[in-house]
Amino acid sequence: MATRFESVPDVIERLRSVDYLSDANIAGVVYLADRLEKPVLVEGPAGVGKTELAKAIAQTTGARLIRLQCYEGLDEAKALYEWNYKKQLLRIQADREHETSWAVVEEDIFSEDFLLTRPLLEAIRAEEPIVLLIDEVDRVEIETEALLLEVLSDFQVSIPELGTIKGTQRPIVILTSNNTRELSEALKRRCLYLHIDYPDLDREKEIVRVRVPEIDDELAEQVARVVRSIRELELKKAPSISETIDWARTLLYLGKKEISPEVIGETLHVLLKYQSDIAKARKELAPESAG
Amino acid sequence: MLDVLQGFVHELRAAGLPVSMTENLDAMRAVEHVDIAERDIFKAALGATLVKHHHHWNAFETVFDVYFSLYSPGVDGEEIDEQLWESMTAEAAGGGAGGEMSREELAAMLLEALMSMDRDELRRLAAMAVSAFAGMEPGRPVGGTYYLYRTLRQLDLDDLGARLMGRAREAGEVPDDELAQRLQQEEFDERLRSFRELVEAEIRRRLVADRGAEAMARTLRKPLPEDVDFMHASRDEMLALQRAIYPLTRALAARLAQRRRRRHRGHLDFRRTVRASLSYGGVPAEPKFRDPHPSKPEIMVVADISGSVASFARFTLQFVYAMASQFSKVRSWVFIDGIDEVTRFFQDSDDVTDAVHRVNTEADVVWVDGHSDYGHAFEVFHDRHVKEITPKTSIILLGDARNNYHAPQAWVLDALRKRAKHLYWLNPEPRGYWDTGDSVIAEYASHCDGVYECRNLRQLERFVTTIAEG
Repeated sequence: MATRFESVPDVIERLRSVDYLSDANIAGVVYLADRLEKPVLVEGPAGVGKTELAKAIAQTTGARLIRLQCYEGLDEAKALYEWNYKKQLLRIQADREHETSWAVVEEDIFSEDFLLTRPLLEAIRAEEPIVLLIDEVDRVEIETEALLLEVLSDFQVSIPELGTIKGTQRPIVILTSNNTRELSEALKRRCLYLHIDYPDLDREKEIVRVRVPEIDDELAEQVARVVRSIRELELKKAPSISETIDWARTLLYLGKKEISPEVIGETLHVLLKYQSDIAKARKELAPESAG
Repeated sequence: MLDVLQGFVHELRAAGLPVSMTENLDAMRAVEHVDIAERDIFKAALGATLVKHHHHWNAFETVFDVYFSLYSPGVDGEEIDEQLWESMTAEAAGGGAGGEMSREELAAMLLEALMSMDRDELRRLAAMAVSAFAGMEPGRPVGGTYYLYRTLRQLDLDDLGARLMGRAREAGEVPDDELAQRLQQEEFDERLRSFRELVEAEIRRRLVADRGAEAMARTLRKPLPEDVDFMHASRDEMLALQRAIYPLTRALAARLAQRRRRRHRGHLDFRRTVRASLSYGGVPAEPKFRDPHPSKPEIMVVADISGSVASFARFTLQFVYAMASQFSKVRSWVFIDGIDEVTRFFQDSDDVTDAVHRVNTEADVVWVDGHSDYGHAFEVFHDRHVKEITPKTSIILLGDARNNYHAPQAWVLDALRKRAKHLYWLNPEPRGYWDTGDSVIAEYASHCDGVYECRNLRQLERFVTTIAEG
């Protein structure tokens, strides 16, 4: 049985135990999701730990993570369930010799044996505790979004041939979105909303220290400060938390003890991925090495 | 509690946030699980259930502060402060310099607190500063910004920032290179900003105590970012718009690309259909189609950049160029009474903001006197470029059509429209002002395929969607 959260500090504590640093906002929403049994829609810039949050919750509650990665063109057959038509065809052909009546065959081929479960149905039928992650939900078309609604509000699916399958438990459901399009109101209404932004200085520093344990305090502070400074610039893509961590690792690997403009100039490509962004940041922070 | 919550939701709706019945009920269920004294968590609970758009968060925060600031754990009761303050002033007066001295002393304490970033101390000092300098009187009908201004003027945060830097340098905490100083400066700016927020919160708390939450919320109501009027945006609002533009265009581009791909399916792909039919015993059960190759529209933007509409033009150019991937070609011209092509600025530079800046400083747009002359600008545009307009081109004209009583030369638009696919006009003025004074929009409008009022981001976004869909 999944151990559920007792209080908000408990959430913070337990997420921390699996190296995920939350704050009052994140933990508060996770706690509510657990209590109100509602899904959470997590939005925010790329790389601030939206997907990580789901993984961390699964890990700390000892639940299995079932993940539905959304993409353009995702449909019912890939998200919910599909009839295994090849097997059905075989079954029909095998029956030709026995001349079974159609009604019997029909009943037979639309039974659970011929059902291929996809992530959503799998989540609903799961006996053991699970966390369901529906990743990058903004990538599916607005029409496809509708097929999530029944799952999200009642945690059940209706299969015409079999009837309604209802989940035995209410797991924590996390949806993430990079906000490439506005999600429908219907979807948003069914979810709690959590926006994760770039962390403030102290939290980012903590994250760096937890994820890169070998780093010393001084360097972590400097890393966080430089990253904050870069995020202040007007860039196409500001550095994400994962890029901050990569950068900290790079600095360690290169044996840098402190950050000078030259070091920034040499390693900026770890933090920024657009040439124009790199040029701009270099001009601002490391003018000497710009040449 | 429920009453407060209802008032709160009511105010959110009044501020323009779409809060549905279910969300309202969710919020009520949510607050049963959290303790109101845990302010951050309580706020998270309300936010998660009531606010479903990130750009509505600021509006939510303001209303939240107003409605729940009295529950804030802040300073424990005013009297203690007042006493403290009185004893302090008395002490200062004893020192001989009177009020002046006390301000100095407060500044000194503030400096200490900021150096060590002692939050409780800062909160206490914020409260003291407000009591001392804001001169708040019950029932006085002025807004919070007035008090904020009065308080901050006395404290002189800029000077404080410089002194913080000085202190840090003396203490040898800041090495002598530029980078370290920049980072340190940013750190102090951040601290000062958080102190400023504390002062704001304190003022709001007192105002709410004086006037009641509802009245207070009404005075603070501001338009949501997508409703900010381009022509009257304050500096802060303009910055917020700038920041909103890139994510917005990215989202819009993704949506358009998706829709374009899905809208028409291409021709039947015979070979792949036959191949697929093999798995059904030769029955073509699953027809396959070629990917569609829809043509992207070509865009010409002609923008008035005279003073009155400059920010609108700048903004729209930025928007269109950020969307450039959605069009096969984008060319742009700016004019006042002369006209100049500015496509080159955008081609030379990766950075749209930078290009817009160059448009403003380098484009040659003045012909006679630097007052808008739409007629002349259009005529020149026609003479130079009419041959380059193809049936794939959509032309977008930007401006308020305030022609300073010059000849409108509306026939030019007719000639342009004949060659182009579409000719649109975007007007940043409210519809009610059209055709008043020297505005001749109606005369131009009869020669355009469409004239749109475009006063805010929401309207601009809607328009770009229409043209990009062709």
